[in-house]
Amino acid sequence: MKRRDFLHLSTLGLGAVALPAFSRDITIEEALTPVDTALKKRMADIALNAARSKGATYTDVRIGRYLNQFVVTREDKVQNTVNTESYGMGIRVIANGSWGFAATDKLDNDSIAKAAALAVQVAKENARLLTEPVQLAPQKGYGEVSWKTPIEKNAFEVPVKDKADLLLGVNAAAMQNGANYINSILFLVNEQKYFASTDGSYIDQDVHRIWPTFFVTKIDAKTGKFETRNSLSSPRGMGYEYLQAGAAGKISGVTSLYKDRYDMREDAIAAAIQAGEKVTAKSVEPGKYDLILDPSHLWLTIHESVGHPSELDRVLGYEANYAGTSFLTLDKWESKNFKFGSNLVNIVADKTQKGSLGAVGYDDEGVGTKQWDIIKDGTLVNYQVIRDQAHILGLKESQGCCYADNWSSVQFQRMANISLQPGKDGKSVNDLISGVEKGIYIVGDGSFSIDQQRYNFQFGGQLFYEIKNGKIAGMLKDVAYQSNTQEFWNSCTAIADARDYRLGGSFFDGKGQPGQVSAVSHGSSTARFNGVNVINTARKL
Amino acid sequence: MPILTEQEAKALLTKVLSYSKADECEVNLNGSEGGNIRYARNAVSTSGATTRSTLVVSSAFGKKLGVATINEFDDASLEKVVRRSEDLARLAPENPEYMPFLGPQQYAPPSKEYVDATAAISPKERADAVEASLQIAKDSKQTAAGFLENSTNYAAMMNSHGLFAYNTSTSVAFNVTLRTTDGKGSGYASKGYNDVRQLDVKKATSIAAQKAGGSAEAKAIEPGKYTVILEPAAVSVLLENVLFAMDGRLADEGRSFLSKPGGQTKLGEKLMDEKVTIYSDPHNPLLPTASWNGDGRPQEKMVWIDKGVVKNLYYSRFWANKKGVKAVPGPDAMIMEGGTATLDELIKSTEKGILVTRLWYIRTVDPQTILLTGLTRDGTFYIENGKIQFPVKNFRFNESPVIMLNNIEAMGIPERCVSGESNNHYLLPPLKVRDFTFTSLSDAV
Repeated sequence: MKRRDFLHLSTLGLGAVALPAFSRDITIEEALTPVDTALKKRMADIALNAARSKGATYTDVRIGRYLNQFVVTREDKVQNTVNTESYGMGIRVIANGSWGFAATDKLDNDSIAKAAALAVQVAKENARLLTEPVQLAPQKGYGEVSWKTPIEKNAFEVPVKDKADLLLGVNAAAMQNGANYINSILFLVNEQKYFASTDGSYIDQDVHRIWPTFFVTKIDAKTGKFETRNSLSSPRGMGYEYLQAGAAGKISGVTSLYKDRYDMREDAIAAAIQAGEKVTAKSVEPGKYDLILDPSHLWLTIHESVGHPSELDRVLGYEANYAGTSFLTLDKWESKNFKFGSNLVNIVADKTQKGSLGAVGYDDEGVGTKQWDIIKDGTLVNYQVIRDQAHILGLKESQGCCYADNWSSVQFQRMANISLQPGKDGKSVNDLISGVEKGIYIVGDGSFSIDQQRYNFQFGGQLFYEIKNGKIAGMLKDVAYQSNTQEFWNSCTAIADARDYRLGGSFFDGKGQPGQVSAVSHGSSTARFNGVNVINTARKL
Repeated sequence: MPILTEQEAKALLTKVLSYSKADECEVNLNGSEGGNIRYARNAVSTSGATTRSTLVVSSAFGKKLGVATINEFDDASLEKVVRRSEDLARLAPENPEYMPFLGPQQYAPPSKEYVDATAAISPKERADAVEASLQIAKDSKQTAAGFLENSTNYAAMMNSHGLFAYNTSTSVAFNVTLRTTDGKGSGYASKGYNDVRQLDVKKATSIAAQKAGGSAEAKAIEPGKYTVILEPAAVSVLLENVLFAMDGRLADEGRSFLSKPGGQTKLGEKLMDEKVTIYSDPHNPLLPTASWNGDGRPQEKMVWIDKGVVKNLYYSRFWANKKGVKAVPGPDAMIMEGGTATLDELIKSTEKGILVTRLWYIRTVDPQTILLTGLTRDGTFYIENGKIQFPVKNFRFNESPVIMLNNIEAMGIPERCVSGESNNHYLLPPLKVRDFTFTSLSDAV
């Protein structure tokens, strides 16, 4: 896509989306033939040996083949289909106690050795500006192992024409039901990545992700006012099976909600109708409301207010110049009694969850993945950590949160799947709603903004339903809520049980300088938050 | 592959076109060399050097377009990428919005985007600059985190109708955050230029250090409507959202702040204070940009807002053709006319107000009004009787830049700045604006 198209998508709510650098187009035949593992091992060994001979005390090598396929449509037109491949090697070393990194897309023996030597040279240059040497948590070598996202149908094997037909069908259904415009997009990612290190690991992984999404616009011809309703899909660590709609994956309610299968056409029809309803909906009266937040919405609040502040690199100041630091300072963790949320709030980090965006067998510094607690019964108990930070928490091993978005990018700490655990007292969504006197039920993610230490946030949504005396009383618009992270999570008074648990997620979470993207899921059941400040966002020009 | 000269690029593109069998073929070539260094907690954290080149071949049969990209430049690879684009074009659905490629164009002479001194920056010079910045942090007993990045870029295009364009540029960007060791104060500075000789890393770091020291022990004041003085970096992240929304098609389709009922637009209407004039000019010596855009259209000086009146919108070639208007491309940069006051003079002329260094995490709340939300960050101060009185806690705002541009009290001298959101470079004045809407307080430092 051209930059201008990105701007359009950006104004339509997609946020920052960029193709990775170093990409080239590729045919599907090429994409489906993985690079021979024995060849990757030979290339990795050349890099490991070259770096060691130049004085590196630790080296890891990532040989990555990153495939993207994007199908972009609007109304009755396919605007673009993009197939890209990015293939090369990134070499990270420790020399003189400092990290060094170099990358190459020329994979002959000489080029690999040169890149390894450059990585060592960079490390030695940086060592003069070091305050303390890198301390790596020990990591056993796994030998030659492999891992693959458990998919049922490789989306890259589905012909582009079938995908275009699906999207055009979705668009037609929305237009027939009153939409003025619809943009729909299918994003597919396949990371074929090979990791080797001087610890003795040779790890081959095949990671798949998918995100079907759309943006519907409805315009009131008389007033010229317009409303939008975006897709309620969730990006997933799945294959094309996510799009094979069926009753099993569906939750019925005020609108259809989706679990492990997504009915894109049904959602587009609902979106067209609901965008029309939004045009004539009542503008919200600002004030305090009890909020009932659906997982299609709550994932983003979890991401911004729990996921980011519990990243240890932010806590320590490594992101101070850009993404920011964190209010979850080490003294709060050390106190063992920092009340992050109410007793109902249990939040886990999980790099193994099936179908999630963050699931891998091993992270990008060769650490086997696992699950651990971040918030236990409302109290802060842990962070997200990589190998060179583990000693700061007195941990003997990394939690496996290291990721790079490309072979040419340096791996660093990225968010694990961070999820709110379901309630244990058997409540349904209706139980939650029926207990609310004055409230708003919010479905879908919208506008989002949070400060650089993750205290103050503001979130919008896609659908807002007024709750009066325990019953849904019609649609609202112009809704956003503002709160403080700790106050908000301490106001959590009910969480629906595991029957309602669903994953949401971010396909393009940005961090770092130069910026890198990563994909991460956040699960939850519907939850209730009492007395949250709601503002009215309507303005007149 | 290194940076190609105009003659080298022309020879390569001519060769690529010679392989074409399509009805039309267009080839875009671009590449860059550069490096970066990142530091935090008063030490270097990561650094790297990158070189990349990309060749994009677009082949068309009738209204069927195929695009293929490659980063290998031997003859066999060049022919392969042309064949692949042709294969993709044959398989592609007909695009009713396809526009034939442009013929030869007249471009203004290149602006002074390329500077030898910037192209010559070495890894050692980057490390030396960081060392100097770190020294200021240590001397002021603060903690620094920063990023320095430079690149040399070239772009060329040629098509089967005889169009050829070539351009080179250099760029350097530096941004730094200093924090007091107790975490109670934080200051920021950001600079970006084509010419590294204009970059004063020490001066920028010192400004960040002053703001960090001065912002400690901030007091909470009630959110509400305030007169604010926005430094250019804060102005940039608000104003760029106006520019992003000036697409003619979005306005015509009824889904922008410029739309009116019945398919009409507000083009030609006065929507802002008459002090507001926003334009783009590839030849501005303080902010030079390319004289052509990615599809070969000339980039000319263009006034977008003239004394508050919406003067021009940008268009795709398809939409401009359909609407019978000139296909003005979107600009590469934005310039706003300012006044003659320094920032200090703007402060001196303020009875009560708030000085804002930086705005952060800007998101559109409502595209219809461009209502934006975000927060102040890294240096927010209360002004009374023409003087900074004390630092204040950060605020969340909910404000539309269109409304803000109706509330201008005074403007300072425009200066080059870099958006912390888009990384785009702009030439913008500090603005004094009344009735800016802060909606809540933040504890963040």
